[in-house]
Amino acid sequence: MELLNQVTQFVISGLATGSIYALIGLSFAIIFNSTGIINFAQGEFVMLGGVLTIFSLNVLQLPLLAAIIVAVAVTTVIGLVFERLAIRPLKNATPLSLIIITIGASILIRGLVMLLWGKDTQALPAFSGTDPISVAGATLLPQHLWIFGVTVLVIIGCRLFFNHTISGKAMRACSFNPRAANLVGISVGRMVLFSFVISAAVGSLAGVIIAPLTMTAYDVGVMLGLKGFCAAIMGGMGSGLGTVLGGLILGTLESLGAGLISSGYKDAIAFFILLLILFIRPQGLFKKGETERV
Amino acid sequence: MKSDRIKFLVFALVVLLIPLPLSGGYLTNVLIFVGINSVLALGLNLLLGYAGQISLGQAAFFGLGAYGSGVLTTAYGFNPWLAMIVVAACVALFAFAIGFPVLRLKGHYLAMATLGVGVIVNIALNETVDLTGGPSGLSGIPNLAIGSFTFDSDVKNYYLVWVFALGMILLSLNLVNSRFGRGLRAIHDSEVAARVMGVNARLMKVQVFTLSAFMSAIMGSLYCHVMTFISPNSFGFHFSVEILTMIVIGGLGSVYGSILGALLLTLLPEMLRTFQDYDIIVYGLLLITMTIYLPGGLVEGIPALFRCLLPARKVTEGSDA
Repeated sequence: MELLNQVTQFVISGLATGSIYALIGLSFAIIFNSTGIINFAQGEFVMLGGVLTIFSLNVLQLPLLAAIIVAVAVTTVIGLVFERLAIRPLKNATPLSLIIITIGASILIRGLVMLLWGKDTQALPAFSGTDPISVAGATLLPQHLWIFGVTVLVIIGCRLFFNHTISGKAMRACSFNPRAANLVGISVGRMVLFSFVISAAVGSLAGVIIAPLTMTAYDVGVMLGLKGFCAAIMGGMGSGLGTVLGGLILGTLESLGAGLISSGYKDAIAFFILLLILFIRPQGLFKKGETERV
Repeated sequence: MKSDRIKFLVFALVVLLIPLPLSGGYLTNVLIFVGINSVLALGLNLLLGYAGQISLGQAAFFGLGAYGSGVLTTAYGFNPWLAMIVVAACVALFAFAIGFPVLRLKGHYLAMATLGVGVIVNIALNETVDLTGGPSGLSGIPNLAIGSFTFDSDVKNYYLVWVFALGMILLSLNLVNSRFGRGLRAIHDSEVAARVMGVNARLMKVQVFTLSAFMSAIMGSLYCHVMTFISPNSFGFHFSVEILTMIVIGGLGSVYGSILGALLLTLLPEMLRTFQDYDIIVYGLLLITMTIYLPGGLVEGIPALFRCLLPARKVTEGSDA
């Protein structure tokens, strides 16, 4: 029974972090699907979400909800500026220069945050207390529920946006064929800008809701970003259910591995899975055919 | 290619004469790192600048070289030279083995996969505490020696590192002008076209990946014997990006560009020492602005600048190629 309880516990916390990975993966996929760019600075948006919320809460003395809104809004603006200053000026961009540019941006953002707020790790207070809830012999924190709830809402929101609004449909058109989209009067440039904006918002929201569980600091973005990418790859870089499943599987495996094997190798497990998938099924676990991108 | 040979001889002469007026100390020490970083940058440039294949895990091979030599000499009492050969061979073999699956990927996916390899190696260095000492590092690594002559001073180490570096620079210069080098550039331009022309693209990519790993591992061994102390921090993702920055700034696809980039980015943090943490911001800004405004790097930018400053000299078309 002892082991079973432990495993349940690992699975629950794994699913929670997995939802975060799914959200970050989704933010990767939003940009990738309208531009074909993998934004290596995505993790920095996540980090900004957490760090800016803590800043607004502690220094600006805003209430929690306002602090979160400020943090997400500021990150979104940063995403917009980033697209304008770094992505747009690049004519005839090769994947190589896009990789280098987004890596440069991630270093820059990380450096600025480090200068402005220092290197200390900080934690955000949990949104609604820390009294554990007991479920099937394991404990669940209220923050876990927040994470599940927000993730589900964001995913439904994205789905509605991409399938039922003009802008969302236009962005999908750009991902299928930018040239054709342009011909029917869609401003591809504006859609690319849009995708960076939405992606920054989703990424930062993920950063906000995970900040009470894991500490946040200027350098947490790298790992979170990479895990999110891993989730997106597992889902085949789609913006739907695949990425969510990918994130949940990754989170659970990682948590089980950390709990049952060794916590030091936690991050290595995620990368090992990433490599396996890239080598064996680069088109994703849940997608059939279509390996064009790889 | 006679002018190339003269260029290299002048460069080698300058490199070998530099320490004479310095006679050791701080600057010599910095120049040792310029030598090490030059070769690391050169290795990545062969892969990225020539063959067009990105790697974000270059620091891992450097780290494996350093830790391999460090562990073999301290824990198992290997002769340092023997350890260097064994380790370089093992790292090259490792790179060759993972090269086949990794280099099947392209663009972003390749970047992520190499990054993954880099992170896994770094985590392993941190976690195998019994062997590597973990995060607190490995100390007491002996200096290299030939007979009773020990490389225990800055100037001696400078010559040690740069003799290796010059050898590898010469090797690379010959390589990029060879059939192999032309094959790499063909892959860069269009892998499909290269294959049609009979270039074995898959094998060639793995070969150049292996070569760059081999060069990094040798430099890792030298680094550990020069420093006599190593810790996993020096071989993380951050350093891989630093190497990438060097070749972007110096110039992709240029041997001397790698050296120029390594020189600048090794000296820069020393000059910025008063502003300690600013160097990370400078890296980011450099990466972005160079990629947008000067994709050819400084080796193309500096001559262009001279042409702007000296408009009187007429440049005939094609002479600057």
